[in-house]
Amino acid sequence: MTSLTSCILLSSLLFVIGLAGALTRRNAILVLIGIELMLNAANLNFIAFWRYHPHSETLTGFIFVIFSIGIAAAEAAVGLALIISLYRHTRTANIDEVISMRG
Amino acid sequence: MGETADQIFVILQHWIVAHAPGILQPILAPLLGVIAIIGVFALLFAVTTVLERKGLGRIQNRYGPNRVGPFGLLQPIADGIKSVTKEDIVPQAADKVVHLLAPVSLVLAAFSLFAVLPVGRNMVLANLDAGVVFFFAVSSVTEITIFMAGWSSRNKYSLLGAMRAIAQMVSYEVPLILASVTVIMATGSLSTVAIVEKQAGYTGIFPHWFVFTPWGFAGFILYMIAATAESNRSPFDLPEGESEIIAGYFVEYSGFKFALFFLGEYLGMFAISGLGITLFLGGWSAPFSFLTWVPSYLWFVGKLLFLIVMFIWVRGTLPRLRMDQLMNFAWKFMLPMALINLITVGIWHFMQQGILRWLICSVIVIASYVLLGRGLTQGWKLEKRIYRFAE
Amino acid sequence: MLFTTFAILTVAGAVAAMSFRNLVHSVLALIAAFAGLAAIYLQLGAQFIGLAQVLVYIGAVAILIVFAILLTRDKKVAQQTVSFSSWKLNGVVALAVFAVIAWAIFQSPTLQHEILPEPQVSMQQVGNALMLRYALPLEIIGLLLTAALIGAVTIAISEKYEKHERRERE
Repeated sequence: MTSLTSCILLSSLLFVIGLAGALTRRNAILVLIGIELMLNAANLNFIAFWRYHPHSETLTGFIFVIFSIGIAAAEAAVGLALIISLYRHTRTANIDEVISMRG
Repeated sequence: MGETADQIFVILQHWIVAHAPGILQPILAPLLGVIAIIGVFALLFAVTTVLERKGLGRIQNRYGPNRVGPFGLLQPIADGIKSVTKEDIVPQAADKVVHLLAPVSLVLAAFSLFAVLPVGRNMVLANLDAGVVFFFAVSSVTEITIFMAGWSSRNKYSLLGAMRAIAQMVSYEVPLILASVTVIMATGSLSTVAIVEKQAGYTGIFPHWFVFTPWGFAGFILYMIAATAESNRSPFDLPEGESEIIAGYFVEYSGFKFALFFLGEYLGMFAISGLGITLFLGGWSAPFSFLTWVPSYLWFVGKLLFLIVMFIWVRGTLPRLRMDQLMNFAWKFMLPMALINLITVGIWHFMQQGILRWLICSVIVIASYVLLGRGLTQGWKLEKRIYRFAE
Repeated sequence: MLFTTFAILTVAGAVAAMSFRNLVHSVLALIAAFAGLAAIYLQLGAQFIGLAQVLVYIGAVAILIVFAILLTRDKKVAQQTVSFSSWKLNGVVALAVFAVIAWAIFQSPTLQHEILPEPQVSMQQVGNALMLRYALPLEIIGLLLTAALIGAVTIAISEKYEKHERRERE
């Protein structure tokens, strides 16, 4: 059952769930969670293609995921800092209510 | 004879597996290991509660538990019966599911930490290639369980306690991991078994433990301080400071769930001490070459008990830190010290064996300790230390 | 069999994370999804990635999100509802995307691989790759993380505190 096709199907499902959530939910933190899910879907793709590649000893996809996880950590930290500073200005984390450009 | 005594549990496991029906065999071997770990460390937990209460009583000039059984030794059984039969109170506003999940997942995570610890020769449940990474990954899960407990109780004290605990654990995880990285650099392996085997040799009668090198000694001290903070024990027990926030994140727990929290905390302490033994104190290897006939698992348990006694001693001796002192200590002393230690182990690795290597590394460690300590306490002024307590 | 279990856990966690009302419940569901993904990585033979997933996503990112949630608690909780029309529209968009991807997957000829043995990758190999061939990207990631750390602190530091500091300096 663990085949390349099922891995990629799972990853595309995960991506779509993250996409739907990021589009639908209005809380900035949930949008960020949706983006994290999409990023994870991409990671799963890299690992799946690395696993089913005939030359897996080159480790390309593997190393890429290591870097991708590092970048995801940085992205989450900066994104959440932005949300916190947004909340401090507007007293809300709802992205629909942030409609003015004045800080 | 010595060989058999050393390997008796391994032989026993193989014997049981060999006599089991065929379909059971692949799962039986790990299952036996899991059962052994749960049994041994739950028993050690019971012993430690008595030891701790007795030891604290001795330090505070009182008897400690002395009513149940001879010298109060059966106290854990009484405690167990009490916690099981007590009413399980869940606050009305609490999030019932998360409230239940928190202690259960804490204990599960704490038990799975032991999977990578080599308790004796050939006695490790999972010899992972990345054993140390596994340990730190699983121990970072405990932070989220603590948050679950504090948040689901809907109590400001428990939320405050959980936030304190998470801030403290995140801060002290950095020096903890950096202190362990020194050993990984020196051995060139992340497998706990390989780390222990690297320390198993002897020069004369003295072992090759990493604690007997300048960087290893500094690393061990840093590791044990960070481990004390990670397991939320005194003097770093702010998350559960009784006098400020009652009991921290498990205020709203009672009965069996409270006992689970207690168990989880102690298991975390055993596991992190076990990793400290594995990394710095030579794991299951004997402290002198003429003592190698003693079974290896006895050495591990002996070292573990020694570290537990040290924990109890520290708890009975030192007062609790303030929050700003805690954070300053982590970020301004522990972190730079751990980073300098990384450089030291690099120098140690690339210098030739001999007295010069010892001298240079010791000088680096001692100088950085003195300078950072002075910098922390006196604001970087190098003058005679002034003590401000009552003359 | 195991793969199916973990896949169901991951998808269920992701769906729950995106549909729960309560933000903290969402994060807990997200943790379940991350744990499922980590298990899948372990099953695919990427031991280090699976453990790094647990260490970084559950141990750091989830904790960060939890802190952010507690710091940005909305006073008016009733506003948190999801309007049904936008839910429907976005659901249709997402399903369309999934349909296209799934169609592409089943059409692709390159996916019909023979079953390969599980790759044996030791930590030694990963370390060598990181330190030799990928040393420069590693350094850049380190720089990026430092920059992100400083940037996050600068953005999130409270302005009241900043003003207070400035006044004290003057």
